[in-house]
Amino acid sequence: MISSNSKVILEVRNLSASVAGIEILKGINLTVRSGEVHAIMGPNGSGKSTFSKVLAGHPGYTVTGGEVLFEGQNLLELPPEERARNGVFLAFQYPIEIPGVSNSAFLRLTYNTQQAHRGGEELDPLEFNDFIQEKCKIVEMDPSFLDRSVNEGFSGGEKKRNEILQMAVLDPRLAILDETDSGLDIDALRIVASGVNKLMTPDNAVIMVTHYQRLLNYITPDFVHVMRRGRIIKTGGKELALELETRGYDWLDDEHQKAASV
Amino acid sequence: MSTTLEALINRPYEYGFVTDIESDAIPKGLSEDVIRLISKKKNEPDWLLEFRLNAYRHWLTMTEPVWANVSHAKIDYQDIIYYSAPKPKKKLASMDEVDPELLRTFEKLGVPMHERKMLANVAVDVIFDSVSVTTTYKEKLAEVGIIFCSFSEAVQHHPELVKQYLGSVVPSADNFFAALNSAVFTDGSFCYIPKNTRCPMDLSTYFRINNAESGQFERTLIIAEEGSHVSYLEGCTAPRFDTNQLHAAVVELVVLDNAEIKYSTVQNWYAGDENGVGGIYNFVTKRGLCKGVNSKISWTQVETGSAITWKYPSCVLLGDNSIGEFYSVALTNHHQQADTGTKMIHIGKNTRSRIVSKGISAGQSNNSYRGLVKISAKADGARNYSQCDSMLIGSACGAHTFPYIEVMNSTAKVEHEASTSRIGEDQMFYFASRGIGGEEAVSMIINGFCKEVFNHLPMEFAVEATKLLGLKLEGSVG
Repeated sequence: MISSNSKVILEVRNLSASVAGIEILKGINLTVRSGEVHAIMGPNGSGKSTFSKVLAGHPGYTVTGGEVLFEGQNLLELPPEERARNGVFLAFQYPIEIPGVSNSAFLRLTYNTQQAHRGGEELDPLEFNDFIQEKCKIVEMDPSFLDRSVNEGFSGGEKKRNEILQMAVLDPRLAILDETDSGLDIDALRIVASGVNKLMTPDNAVIMVTHYQRLLNYITPDFVHVMRRGRIIKTGGKELALELETRGYDWLDDEHQKAASV
Repeated sequence: MSTTLEALINRPYEYGFVTDIESDAIPKGLSEDVIRLISKKKNEPDWLLEFRLNAYRHWLTMTEPVWANVSHAKIDYQDIIYYSAPKPKKKLASMDEVDPELLRTFEKLGVPMHERKMLANVAVDVIFDSVSVTTTYKEKLAEVGIIFCSFSEAVQHHPELVKQYLGSVVPSADNFFAALNSAVFTDGSFCYIPKNTRCPMDLSTYFRINNAESGQFERTLIIAEEGSHVSYLEGCTAPRFDTNQLHAAVVELVVLDNAEIKYSTVQNWYAGDENGVGGIYNFVTKRGLCKGVNSKISWTQVETGSAITWKYPSCVLLGDNSIGEFYSVALTNHHQQADTGTKMIHIGKNTRSRIVSKGISAGQSNNSYRGLVKISAKADGARNYSQCDSMLIGSACGAHTFPYIEVMNSTAKVEHEASTSRIGEDQMFYFASRGIGGEEAVSMIINGFCKEVFNHLPMEFAVEATKLLGLKLEGSVG
């Protein structure tokens, strides 16, 4: 998918961030170009999820240094809703339930808000119904889910599929999938991964945060980054994920320390 | 994020204006002479004066209830004007004769009194201060035998009905505020639906308190004869004042065999400023009697205003197989206090009741649900389901639930569920990460939370209620 004239979508330079006074991210550097899939792996507590939330603008985290450019624009100065409208999408590890709000009403509001921002055409409920029925097919979601309250009573797999459905509706430039594979059985994993693959174009990009290599069997990454203690300590191709699967993370730690001490 | 939330819920009251109309008021204070004067001004029959005086004499022996989870400065009952009527008082032949200033007030409030409302098929009995200014649609309703008029008119033209039912559900000595109301009520609405008649339109009354420092004591009486059906809408707004205004209304519903009354309220009286100064004290007694078999009363309320709300719309389920319902949204913000809920008194066999209460607390407000479910010894097979959900916005507010359950019959089935939730950072962030900003997110969460109640409001009212919650907590609803 990578072509020589692909554009830089995201440029992260020396980003550090803290929560409740504790520094979690300690200088992240990452460049994502259009058409690329990046996997960010690492053990628990390495800062993977924090990184994705900071990119999306979660108010609980304080950026303490560095910068993030999204399509050349300073992302950090925008509130989360504007980041979303500009094309940054975060698929949640634990999607929130919204009792009493129908999935279709929620999706239509997000879609129309996005369209208004982009100067596109907003859809009335009937037009939106046609639109969303097509999108449901991408994640093999039964349209009856549209009438249910957002994520309420959904199984883990249904919630994750619903996240990808939202991604399909919003058509982001940059999708950040935070542990989208966690809690999924093998069928649900296949469906979710196939949905993401269908949504990939040469113009957008995906960052996948994951513990496990198995998601990468379905979505092939162009780059695999390993995070440890708030830093990216190693970057490689898809074969790095396989190596991690057999060797774990500790060897990297040793290697990184060795490199640092030389 | 929390500062955004605060900004959203701290919008000023939109209807805070005073209409400049000359009022015909009698001096402050309460005595038998004042009551005689009110009765005389209204040209009432002797039995009604007696009703008032009996209530007054009983009231003198009573003390204000203190059990509610609210606190306020002591009310000086001698510092209240008990009667005021806008001038001119002469009968108006048409809407054109209505004081233009008054019409503009209704316009500001969005009271759809003219053609707009007629097109919407709703009759309006507008109460301005204490006297009904005009009644529309009366003639059309009269064709099917429905009486819908001001209480004063009912006293003049249908005294036998008023005499038969007045105080039959809420006795004049029922409680402190009901006794006060029975002594000094000046006007209100009266509605009578004859046998086997389905009211062809929703009946709507718009209440409004206008005269500073005047208490308002409405009296509403609705009678649904056998096999009849009526949907009644009551909406309230009030202008801004610095001194507290006491409002102690009494609403009585009587439902006979196979009949149904659906009573919906949207209340947005002035709640006081953000420091808790001013605002209406809303101490209301609302009760319905399911007198006949298979009768049904359904209360739906959206309470967003008043400094203090003290209100328990109740159902006495006397007839076998009768049904009582209570659907409530109570929203408090700033220093508002609400102690509201219902009483379901099961007396007849196989009686059923359902309670769905949604409390939303913001600012430093205090929101209490207080409900009684009583199953008497003879109520074989009675069933009740109660659900009380509270939502907190911010960390300085309070939500309380006081369910009282008294069961004297072993065949009864009573269920109670309760939950408390909070609009938190993570919920707001979820919306934000989908491009939906703070205002719309809060609005959507709140409307989702209240959906089960809104579903029971007539369509037009549901839209109004959604707007009201929007006003109270944020801007517009998406």
